[in-house]
This record gives sequence, C-alpha cells and structure tokens, in this order.
Amino acid sequence: MIEFHQVFKRYEGGHEALKGVSFALKNGEMAFLTGHSGAGKSTLLKLIALMERPTRGQVILDGQNISQAKDRQIPFHRRKIGMIFQDHRLLYDRSVYDNVALPLVIAGVADRDIPKRVRAALDKVGLLTKEKQLPIQLSGGEQQRVGIARAVVNKPPLLLADEPTGNLDPELSAEIMSLFEQFNQVGVSVLIASHDLGLIARLKHPVITLKDGQTIRNDLIEEVHS
Amino acid sequence: MAGATAHKVSFLDRFKMALFLHKKNSTDSLLSILKQPTNSLLTIMVLAIALALPGIFYIMTNNAKALSSNWESTMAISLYLEESAGQQQAQELVGQLLAQDKFQSVSLTSKEQALEEFKKYSGIGDSLEMLTENPLPMVINVVPDEAKVALSELQPLVESLEKNPIVDSSSLDAEWINRYQEILKISEKIGSFISLLLAIGVLLIVGNTIRLAILNRREEIQVIKLVGATDAFIRRPFLYTGLWYGLMAGVIAALMISILSNLVASSTGRLAELYQSQYQLLGLSLSQTFTLVGIGALLGLFGSWISVRKHLKEIQPT
Repeated sequence: MIEFHQVFKRYEGGHEALKGVSFALKNGEMAFLTGHSGAGKSTLLKLIALMERPTRGQVILDGQNISQAKDRQIPFHRRKIGMIFQDHRLLYDRSVYDNVALPLVIAGVADRDIPKRVRAALDKVGLLTKEKQLPIQLSGGEQQRVGIARAVVNKPPLLLADEPTGNLDPELSAEIMSLFEQFNQVGVSVLIASHDLGLIARLKHPVITLKDGQTIRNDLIEEVHS
Repeated sequence: MAGATAHKVSFLDRFKMALFLHKKNSTDSLLSILKQPTNSLLTIMVLAIALALPGIFYIMTNNAKALSSNWESTMAISLYLEESAGQQQAQELVGQLLAQDKFQSVSLTSKEQALEEFKKYSGIGDSLEMLTENPLPMVINVVPDEAKVALSELQPLVESLEKNPIVDSSSLDAEWINRYQEILKISEKIGSFISLLLAIGVLLIVGNTIRLAILNRREEIQVIKLVGATDAFIRRPFLYTGLWYGLMAGVIAALMISILSNLVASSTGRLAELYQSQYQLLGLSLSQTFTLVGIGALLGLFGSWISVRKHLKEIQPT
C-alpha cells in the first residue's frame, strides 16, 4: 500500500525531519507510528498525503511514485486517503451530516447516493442520531468520530490518523482504536501516529518508532524490496 | 477497492453534479451576501457608484451628440443685407441663389418680419418700441443642401456669398458646431479614460473583497483541500460571489442613472420648451441597461477571478 525508500525531508531553513526512512505497509495492514513530538511522525504522514514533498527518496502509494505527482493530481490522490487529525479539522458552521457528506460532494457522487452513504458512515461510528447537530454541540470524542466518519465515507483504501486520541481519556481512546480495527478488518490499510505507548502495546500491530528523523524500531522494514 | 468508488461515477452523474454544484454555489453565495447586508451593501454601493459614473458620463455625451446632430440638420447661413439695399435687389439675389441648386431653401426676411421675430424671442422687444426707426437689416436665410454641400465647403461658400455688393455681413452656424464637436471628442476621450480607471477600481474593490472572504475562510479551504477538493471546486463559490456583487452593483447603478435622468428630464423639457425645441433627454435604453448590468457582472467575475487565482495557491493545508 505504502512504501518509503530512503526518504529524506529537509525543510527550508535546514531542519532535517526525516533521514533515510524506509518501510512498507502492505495492503490491509494496520500499523502504528510512534516517537516523541518532533521526531518526524507528522512529516511522514504529510509526505503520504502530499502536503509535503520528500527532498530525496521515493514515496510509493498503490504502486505509484507520488513524489512526482503534479499539483493538479493532488486532489485525486487525497481522495484515496482518509485522514484523521488530532484537532478533528471539522467545518464548524456546518452540521455533522454536511461535514461527513463533504468528501462525497467533492468527489462528485450522485445526489441520490449521498444520504445513504453518509448515514452508513455515521452509523458505523455511532452518531446516526446526531446528524443534524453542529460539531460544537458534540463532545471531543464525538467530534473525533465525526472526523472518522468523514474519512471513511468515500471508502478509501487507506486511513491515516495523526494523534487521533491525543485529547481523549483512555476509555474513549480505546473506543476510537477499536473503530480503526473494525475498518482494518474489512480490508482498509491503517497507519496511526500516536504517542500513547500503553495503548499501542495492548494492540498487537506492527510499530515504527522514529527518533530525530530515523527509525529506531521498524517492524515493517523486512517488507521493503528495493 | 482502490479507485472503485471513483469509477462508479458515470459521466451523466458528473454532469448532473456539476450543474447541481453551480446551482448550489450560486444560491449559497447569494444567500451569504444577503445574510450580512450591511457589509455587502457597502461594497455593492461603492461598486454601483463606480459603475454609475461612467454611465452618467455616457448619457451626457450621448445627449450632447444628439443635440449637435439636431443642429446640423438646421445648419443655416444668414446673410445680413446692406442698409441701402432695396426690396427689389434682395428679391433678385434670392432668385439667383435658388437657381444655383445647392440650397435646400432660400428665404427673405423683411425688416418688419425681423422686428416681429426679435420682439417675440429676444425678450427685450418692448425696449424696441422706444426706437423711432427699425434698426434691423433684411436677412436672407440660406439652408445649404446637406447632400450637395459638405461641412468643409461651407466656409468658402459663405465667403463667395459675402462678395455680393448688397451683402453686408454673414453668419455661419457651422463654425461653432465644428468646435463643439471637437470639444465633444476631447471630453469623450477624457470620459473613456475615467471609465477605464473606474473599471479598474471596480476590479480592485471586488478583488479585495474576495481576498478578505478567502482569508476569512482560510481554515475551511485547508480542510476542503485535505479532503480532496480541486481548485475549481474551491474557486467556484468565490467566483459566484464576485459575479453577484458586480451584477447587483450594475442593477443599482442602472437605477441611480434612471432616477437621475428622470429628475433631469423634466427640467430639460422645460428648457427645451424655452428654446422652442422638441428636444428630449435620452436616458439609458433597455439594451444599454442590460449592457451596464452585464459589464458590472463581468467586472465582478473578473475581479474575483484575479483574486482567487492569486490567493488560493497560497493557502495549503498544514
């Protein structure tokens, strides 16, 4: 699904966020990305979502070298990825329903198909009754679940989550993680950046640990075929 | 599973979706303008004034042109005869001129008729009563045939007529029509230049308004980009906002102009009456009104396009 080959990322100003990272996440696999803040977790996710471009090395998604994608191809690339953020990134002037429907509207899904698919996604995250509310009326955990519903509504083959449980108590965090596992069980590849080491240890999934832009633990390295 | 969802969208669905989005974007942006009426109204009024000024200028030059074309058709040479010339000699000259076939009409105004006319139109007729003698000369009014005498040939023609011994002096209306038209041309040029400046002003105002709208929705744009929106998708509502601003400003400008021309029309009507003229003020015709509104809409669209082009690139998700 995702392959990194000796990826370097140096930001303007000289900060080197990634120094030769390699790994491969197979189709339908679920893995965690850990490390202290500033270790390069967010940069790694941004490279996959084409929010940043690598300075050196190859990032391959679904067999395609995305480092060479043109700017106008970026939107179509992002539609294949469901992204979840610590701060949810919802549109706060629109209802839960409208937030979840957004990727479908953007992708040009037929009008008649949208309600069905939005409600299916809301049902999966257990928010079917709250579709008319505004995000601000929901708790933090519920807002995160709206974010997850939005990420999965278009049935992308890959989910990326950046500290999805960052602001949640342990119980809610476990709930969110079990949601990701449910999606993973139906074949979606999942990569979650998190520093919640206790939770990660309990869930038996491969882990990549970054420190100063390099991998210090890499359960996904043996799959890299160069 | 990868691109499966994308392939399910048929061409017809895409087309319907595009139509739907256009409809939704246009109504949404209209509603959001109407939702904050004070803010939007201020911008729209400034735009409307900027559009109305060239419109008013256009009407003014249009009327000035129409006036001068009125005069051209009544372009006349007046030959004032010597005091010594008799009725007989005057009649003979009229006969000669008529024979030349260059003139639409040649008519003789006797001293008495001249006095009558003077009393009637000058407004100081009563003071003439005090004079014992009629001071006015006989006048031959010559109207050249427009088809046969060009504007440039008028001056030589007048000079040759003046050579006749019984003609004392002459006056030609065409001379100042020429000057008037030159002045008109100059003011038209100035008018076009000012209109151009105002059009640029409209572009800048719309551009700036849209820029603020974009910056206001910065976070929203970032989110939408993250979810896979194309630039066209993000651009569309802003373009519609600009279009609506321009369109509404155009309508208000047309209203302003029609109010103004109605206010002025009654006064010019009275003025024309005083001048014994049938002249009627020309306002904006229906097609000109549509043109004004259309220009407003286009400027609004173009202004927002420039702004969107410049600022959407700068907003990238982080």
